[in-house]
Amino acid sequence: MSTKGILNVPSHPHEHNHDAEASSKVIFGFWVYILSDCILFSCLFATYSVLHTSTYGGPGTHELFTDKMPYVLTETFILLISSFTYGLAMLAAHSKRKSQVLFWLMVTFALGFSFICMEINEFHHLISEGLGPDHSAFLSSFFTLVGTHGLHVTCGLIWMIILMIQVSKHGLTEITTRKLSCLSLFWHFLDIVWIFVFTVVYLMGVI
Amino acid sequence: MHILGRLGWDAIPVNELPAMLAGVGMIGGFLAVVLLITYLGRWKWLWTEWLTSVDHKKIGVMYIIVAIIMLLRGFADALLMRTQQAIAVGANHGFLPPHHYDQIFTAHGVIMIFFMAMPFMVGLMNIVVPLQIGARDVAFPFLNSLSFWLFVVGVVLVMISLIVGEFGQTGWLAYPPLSETQYSPGVGVDYYIWSLQISGIGTLLTGINFFVTILKMRCPGMNLFKMPVFVWTALCTNILIIIAFPVLTVTLGLLTLDRYLGFHFFTNGFGGNPMMYVNLIWIWGHPEVYILVLPAFGIFSEIVSTFSRKRLFGYTTMVWATFAITILSFIVWLHHFFTMGSGANVNSFFGIATMIISIPTGVKIFNWLFTMYRGKINFSVPMYWTLAFLVTFTIGGMTGVLLSVPGADFLLHNSLFLIAHFHNTIIGGVVFGYIAGLIYWFPKSFGFRLNECLGKASFWCWVVGFYIAFMPLYYLGFMGATRRLYHYDYSTGWHPFFVIAFVGALIIFAGIGFQVLQIVWSIYKRKDTQDRTGDPWNGRTLEWSTASPPPFYNYAFIPHVNSVEPFWDHKLEQAKHPKDHSVVTSDTEYEDIHMPKYTGVGVIIGLFAFLLSFGLIWYIWWLVGLSAVGIFAAVLYRSFDYDIDYYVSAAEVKQIEQEISKRKIA
Repeated sequence: MSTKGILNVPSHPHEHNHDAEASSKVIFGFWVYILSDCILFSCLFATYSVLHTSTYGGPGTHELFTDKMPYVLTETFILLISSFTYGLAMLAAHSKRKSQVLFWLMVTFALGFSFICMEINEFHHLISEGLGPDHSAFLSSFFTLVGTHGLHVTCGLIWMIILMIQVSKHGLTEITTRKLSCLSLFWHFLDIVWIFVFTVVYLMGVI
Repeated sequence: MHILGRLGWDAIPVNELPAMLAGVGMIGGFLAVVLLITYLGRWKWLWTEWLTSVDHKKIGVMYIIVAIIMLLRGFADALLMRTQQAIAVGANHGFLPPHHYDQIFTAHGVIMIFFMAMPFMVGLMNIVVPLQIGARDVAFPFLNSLSFWLFVVGVVLVMISLIVGEFGQTGWLAYPPLSETQYSPGVGVDYYIWSLQISGIGTLLTGINFFVTILKMRCPGMNLFKMPVFVWTALCTNILIIIAFPVLTVTLGLLTLDRYLGFHFFTNGFGGNPMMYVNLIWIWGHPEVYILVLPAFGIFSEIVSTFSRKRLFGYTTMVWATFAITILSFIVWLHHFFTMGSGANVNSFFGIATMIISIPTGVKIFNWLFTMYRGKINFSVPMYWTLAFLVTFTIGGMTGVLLSVPGADFLLHNSLFLIAHFHNTIIGGVVFGYIAGLIYWFPKSFGFRLNECLGKASFWCWVVGFYIAFMPLYYLGFMGATRRLYHYDYSTGWHPFFVIAFVGALIIFAGIGFQVLQIVWSIYKRKDTQDRTGDPWNGRTLEWSTASPPPFYNYAFIPHVNSVEPFWDHKLEQAKHPKDHSVVTSDTEYEDIHMPKYTGVGVIIGLFAFLLSFGLIWYIWWLVGLSAVGIFAAVLYRSFDYDIDYYVSAAEVKQIEQEISKRKIA
């Protein structure tokens, strides 16, 4: 047989595991999606950096965030811990312990939900003081950056409910584990983004 | 009235003859197609075989059909503009009211880039990339279908804006503050925002899909440096899409917040900064032009090597040049607005970075020339386009280098010189490339070649028309004619040149006419140009090793390759040892083939996305809510559906393959 250009000849038939093959594509594809989401956030960070001094005579970062630091730090820790509990869910998923997975997902959900509630509360507080996003370019960019993160977390929470249903229905199959891994990537990614939000918006805002 | 938001009877521009004529033509065409399908009783066939298809070849064909329709629409806009500028001189103010003229140049740019060039490129990529890498489909076939339907939503919105409401009057990038509510209170900019936002998300999904496909699904033996050059350029284009399109999403999103919720990103007051928008949109926009042109470079590389009967000269340098352009395309965006006033140092950086891009591009030009050198060139239509491209694109590239000098740019900024420059590169590079690609791969998709004679007629009209239409614009730009001009005076001395440009546009129109005729005639006479071998051009890469059109699974056996031109080497090998491996015999053992199932979820999500954006444009909030729920339900349905693939039995594969080999022998 020739060594060059072997085309359309029967190869040695090999057994494919299509689910595993699909998983490797999906997880790689999800990584790429996360990268594109990184670009999305980087644009919002850039916009915030350009506009955060454009307060149009209204309050700036210093006035707004100095008193709020303990509150925001609590939010931060809640989100960080939720990442840890999601990690525990993944460990349980890899050792095929379904009830543990569901338990840790519920804990993660509760933490994520509290994070979102705290954020909504903060937004509500600002808006009720008349400091909504229409007040100045700075506040527009602040609400958009933090709000986009919050929107992502909310989507993650909805996704988590869907996965809890699917895991309890189908168990920890190749497909459900793949889906859990994608959400895991997403969840940790949001954690990292929040660390940047905490640093750039809040910490750098009050020094 | 309240229930339909701000949508009322006054949204229909009954008083504007050109808009109404176009609208009537559009609706008439649409109804004619609907009636024809009904008359032929093909609705069910259309739904099960095409609209719900996840087959990359069919999705590719649908992309290109829509692209050609949008080419006609975008070109009609161009003709209107040329006519207006040819007659609106002195006492005559032309036949278009200003606000309509402004919509036309906005729509022309938007349509040609987003709804003609992009789908044409994505369509070619869809048809060719999986075949060239020896794969059976893309990585995420359902996502591919969804991308297509999201793109269609954008198209439908732009078309509907003709007769319901208006389109933007802001120019194709909708710079604020003009595009803010204060100066554009109507629905035009909202049509603009939502058509681009929805189709842009589709494009981003396509980018991810093909990136994963190329990196994960190449056939055994095809390492990165054994990929065809078209696949390389597709890979780089998808990298650009993945990095650039989120920027577009954000930019449009921020403008949306300004317009809908009273934010102040880009407003004049409240600390907003319009230049932030201009920066952001060009951080997307500059890579975008390379997203379009890189695949065209790939197409020319395939064609020049096939029709010169030679291996591509400098494969490796071609790849690195592509990569260099990919990276450089992200550090030149500021050359679109040197006049912002960012200072000499910043302008010099971006000016020099821009000039540097001409180096890898020059490498490519020489590679193509050297490939032809001493080749046995077969002057078929794709080769004609390639030769015209080499000359035209080089001129366009050089005028680009002129513009990259900040001092010169201050003078030429916003003039017709710029218009001539980018049409010189986009038509000479992108359009010529895609047309060449369409003719080159048409027999692969449909099993017959396009008529050569009509192809050449269309070629000559296009090329001659192009030069007559755009060379005068260089001159006019030097003489100070600005872009988007509505009216000018005789004393400027511009009138003859605008008339010449108008004549050029008419000649291009004839070229497009010949193209449509070419396709129709070739379908009618398809028996004469049938391609039974699957290899009509004596090709070199994998896609020519399978049948034309390929079976839905592309390859019965996944090919194994160990060179850049596996099919060419295979043919050489066969000439030496005439034992034909590819002939199917009755004792060939086939395998079951794993394939994705067709699904209508993409269509459904597209439908709801259309209703969602229509509701958002017209402030019909109940419709927005309902369609958002609809999209969510459709996604949920898909997520809970675990039955998305199946096996084609070995017996069925055998039957199909035997039919193909019978066709070859006949």
